[in-house]
Amino acid sequence: MSEQKPGWRELHRGAVPYRSSEEYETGDWGVERPEIDLSRCTRCVLCHFYCPEGAIKVREDGYTEVDFRYCKGCGICAAECPVKCIEMVRKT
Amino acid sequence: MMQRQVLMGINGDEAVAYATKQVNPDVLAAYPITPQTIIVERFSEYVADGLVDTEFVAVESEHSALSNCIGAAAAGARAFTASAANGLALMWEMTYIAASLRLPIVMAIVNRALPGPINIHNDHSDSMGARDCGWIQVYCENSQEVYDACIEAWRMGEHPDVQLPVMVCLDGFTLSHTMENVLTLPDEEVEGFVGERGYMTIRGHMGDAEFRLDPETPLTMGPCDLQDFYFEHKLQQVEAMKQALDAIPEVDAEYAKVSGRRYGLIHPYRMEDAEVALVGLGSTMGTVRHVVDGLREEGVKAGLVKIRVFRPFPEEDILEAVGDVPVVGVLDKSASFGAPGGPLYEEVKTTFYDESDRPLIADYIYGLGGRDASQGLIRGIFRSLEGIRSRGEVAEKVSFVGVRE
Repeated sequence: MSEQKPGWRELHRGAVPYRSSEEYETGDWGVERPEIDLSRCTRCVLCHFYCPEGAIKVREDGYTEVDFRYCKGCGICAAECPVKCIEMVRKT
Repeated sequence: MMQRQVLMGINGDEAVAYATKQVNPDVLAAYPITPQTIIVERFSEYVADGLVDTEFVAVESEHSALSNCIGAAAAGARAFTASAANGLALMWEMTYIAASLRLPIVMAIVNRALPGPINIHNDHSDSMGARDCGWIQVYCENSQEVYDACIEAWRMGEHPDVQLPVMVCLDGFTLSHTMENVLTLPDEEVEGFVGERGYMTIRGHMGDAEFRLDPETPLTMGPCDLQDFYFEHKLQQVEAMKQALDAIPEVDAEYAKVSGRRYGLIHPYRMEDAEVALVGLGSTMGTVRHVVDGLREEGVKAGLVKIRVFRPFPEEDILEAVGDVPVVGVLDKSASFGAPGGPLYEEVKTTFYDESDRPLIADYIYGLGGRDASQGLIRGIFRSLEGIRSRGEVAEKVSFVGVRE
């Protein structure tokens, strides 16, 4: 699902889900999402270990990447990052 | 063109059953409970006699009754049920679900006091307790209004801008078991008025679909709706109620064309030059109107604003009807324990709060558990209002009238 969720005027009436459950992920619940500034990242991968959802993967090149399908935006990664290169950004 | 109408001697419950017979809904699921029982009995006779096409589901509880109606309405059917007091209480969770799924079910509530101690007689504690569940609520003064509301309700709830369930509330015994003259429309006239149920168009799993469960156009109704969508759906319900304020008078106007009986959200009576007025709802309003006439003959400028539609609450109409009447009493036939006053009082007071020139308002809670609401009681309330007018202040905001000290 895109981050731009429909407002109440646009959303279909009748408590019908916006998308089929196959396309609706737990990551869609989040209010904020982490943005990693790779230019300052030291590849310590602590965010990968701290993520309670296992939603931060370590890439081949050693940097980490967030799987937004399952990231609920808790912000633990940003709080634990030793170089503070993760910023929590409000979803629209 | 107005059709020839037949005058029938029927009670309030029979008026519900007869109107519903003429509407001929697809499904009726109900569990009998005093004082609603006659509705279910009469309708089951219509079914047994082959006078309706309705699938009658004899359920094991009221929770099942409304659940059954929800399933039927979700499948696209017109579904009807009726209950009272404990039965409505047992339906509780389903009342919210019916409204939030936007299913225009019609339910007659034969108002009865909620136990305990157990009591089968009339007050409004049952439907007033359900005032926030998202249903339109129409309160009736007599069996004619009951009959008419049970026909109009389908069109109110199914209005394209509304799509909400409707409760038609009638006072237990006072209306439900009292025979009155009721003018009834010919069957074909009712059939023509209610027409076919219309559906919302929504996005299903395979593109646009009518809002009903159909394997050809699959869609999901009412699944998990968490913090990222639930709020939006609630706002849609808020908006639907606002729309109902316009939709209901539209339906009333159309109904007036076929029946000659014109209803509105409220019914003001002798309010033009009133100095003291009562605001209330239900069958007691007939008594109040009679008392108003008597007081007028005695030189007291009394008036009445009868509220027919309590949800959505017709604030604008009430402001206009009360105008510059200086003293207003509110008649509440239910208590809200621990609240500043009865439910109607709170709504009326809130309505006037933003007005710079607002009346003095007092609440009179009466008739709990079927305690008699006599002319003498209403006269006493008007005397109290006159006292407030001469003193220029409300000494007692909430009074319990007709109760032993």
